[in-house]
Amino acid sequence: MTDTVLEAVHINKYFHDPVKVKVLTDVEFSLSRGEFTSIIGKSGCGKSTLLYILSTMDTDYEGDLKIDGISMRHKKESELARVRNEKIGFVFQFHYLLNEFSVLRNVMLPGEKLSKRTTKEIESIAYEKLKILGIEKEALKRPNQLSGGQKQRVAIARALINDPLIIMGDEPTGNLDKKNSEMVFDIFRELAEVYHQSLLIVTHDNEFAHRTHRIIEMEDGRIVSKA
Amino acid sequence: MNLKLIGDVAMSLLAARLKQTLVAAIGVTFSITMFIALLSFMSGLNDLLDGLILNRTPHIRLYNEIKQSEHQPIALYSKGIRQYNFISSVKPANEKPQIRNSGAIIDAIKKDSRVSGVAPKVVVQVFYNIGTINLNGIINGIDVGAENRLFSFQNYVVAGNYMDLQNIPNSIILGIGAAETMLVDLGDIIQITTAKGDHVQLKVVGFFQSGILDIDKVQSYTSLATAQKILGESNSYITDIQVKLHDLLLAPAMAKEYNQLFSVEATDIQTANSQFETGSFIRTLISYAVGITLLIVAGFGIYNILNMMIYEKMDGIAILKATGFSGGDVKWVFVTIALTIGFFGGLLGLLFGFVLSAIIGQVPFETASLPTVKTYPINYSPTFYVIGGVFSIVTTYLAGYFPARKASKIDPVIIIRGK
Repeated sequence: MTDTVLEAVHINKYFHDPVKVKVLTDVEFSLSRGEFTSIIGKSGCGKSTLLYILSTMDTDYEGDLKIDGISMRHKKESELARVRNEKIGFVFQFHYLLNEFSVLRNVMLPGEKLSKRTTKEIESIAYEKLKILGIEKEALKRPNQLSGGQKQRVAIARALINDPLIIMGDEPTGNLDKKNSEMVFDIFRELAEVYHQSLLIVTHDNEFAHRTHRIIEMEDGRIVSKA
Repeated sequence: MNLKLIGDVAMSLLAARLKQTLVAAIGVTFSITMFIALLSFMSGLNDLLDGLILNRTPHIRLYNEIKQSEHQPIALYSKGIRQYNFISSVKPANEKPQIRNSGAIIDAIKKDSRVSGVAPKVVVQVFYNIGTINLNGIINGIDVGAENRLFSFQNYVVAGNYMDLQNIPNSIILGIGAAETMLVDLGDIIQITTAKGDHVQLKVVGFFQSGILDIDKVQSYTSLATAQKILGESNSYITDIQVKLHDLLLAPAMAKEYNQLFSVEATDIQTANSQFETGSFIRTLISYAVGITLLIVAGFGIYNILNMMIYEKMDGIAILKATGFSGGDVKWVFVTIALTIGFFGGLLGLLFGFVLSAIIGQVPFETASLPTVKTYPINYSPTFYVIGGVFSIVTTYLAGYFPARKASKIDPVIIIRGK
């Protein structure tokens, strides 16, 4: 086991439509286990683009990405899906819960997909995660019966279900009010400090970012500081 | 691949659009129902109409045709010399239309493994006497047991017992048309005159109705022995040998073979009744075309609904992919939806199709030409159900495959960033 969970190696990225534009230039950094990192930068500086490359969903880039020491460069679509399933937890700006399933089932879905455990075990783990986030009482409700803050917490529980190597967030507090943002931040910090969970959060909220362990600042597709 | 999970996701999407799903399934059910009902009915009708002729027609008929000899004696003389003979007005030799050595031929044919049965027949030209009037008639002397076994003779005997022909000497089963003209009832005695001028009295033991008026006015049946007696011939006198085969399609080839082997004329059923094959084929083709058209229309319905579902559930698909579902998994989710619609829609369709054809089968259908048929004929062949079932699955699979492929190619980044 290395201590580096994620490594970006000279990543370049172009947009081809309508003209070829370079959006990421020679991005290189690595994340260690248990690190709570935020990426900040102005709108359009390529921070979300970078996140989607790091999350393996975007494969159109130059350079290399290593997750848990393994290169993602030449993996097939289904293998990348497996990596996302097993090693990456996602929290988006929007919760993206499936209204057809209960809250509990929403949390369980990635676990069932991984199918390393029995459904019973996944269910109990899902309950456990909901309890950590303080919403175990809502487990059997439908997502559309919850408030915005609760939904985002369910989304976090879903990201945690497979005990991922790293949790990635794309403006996870972007849609939330002050109080709920605060709560989500506290949850992230607790995950990092108590459970030693690595987190990589893209945000334009400087206040949020300054309270994380490490800030990577981007400008025009380059990393300008990674202190 | 986790089948249960994919099934669950598919079912939840189905449940979310229950109404449209039901409409799609009803489309499949309707088309399969019509497919089954149409084919069962058409095929029943085909069998009936074909049976009208084919069941009563021997697959191969052997007979001795009265014709001029192809080899005239003078030809033997002029062979090999520069001479050519013209003979006009050649007459056939004085011989009876019987098959020579018929007993041996029948035995030989019976031993042939391709043959399912042989029935000898004696055809007698007679006049039915009604007072001073004579009506043309043909009496077929038949082997009653064989004739019934091979050509369902009893189905066309509308009054009396066909076995009486065998049991009562000098008995006759009259064509219903002839019987009406002669005003005779069962048990009456009629008189006939043979071509030689002999008078014979026969007891009417039954009436025969083929459904073809011209035949019913002329033809009658009697036993082989009675026919031979009417003609004053020995019991080896046979004019026709009717052969029924296991496989109808072998008839033309076997007719040729028998023609050479036994030196008798042989006609096969295809040559004699080629138009029936064509008619059946066209009717079946039309039924299949209509059924398949219905199914394709239902397929478009499924295609539409899945497309709509994919647009509506774009977010869900994106998040499934982001959390580790591969494109293949997503594709299977939508294919599963389509197959579920196809399977249950198709299953109900098969059931309703059976019920509908059973109902059609109860509708009265009485026609003078078909004495044994009381309701519309239905062919309950399992083949149609297999074809219908397979087709419902195949069309729904295809209808689902293309939307599913599209769903599998959805790029989660575009959806998630788009918000």
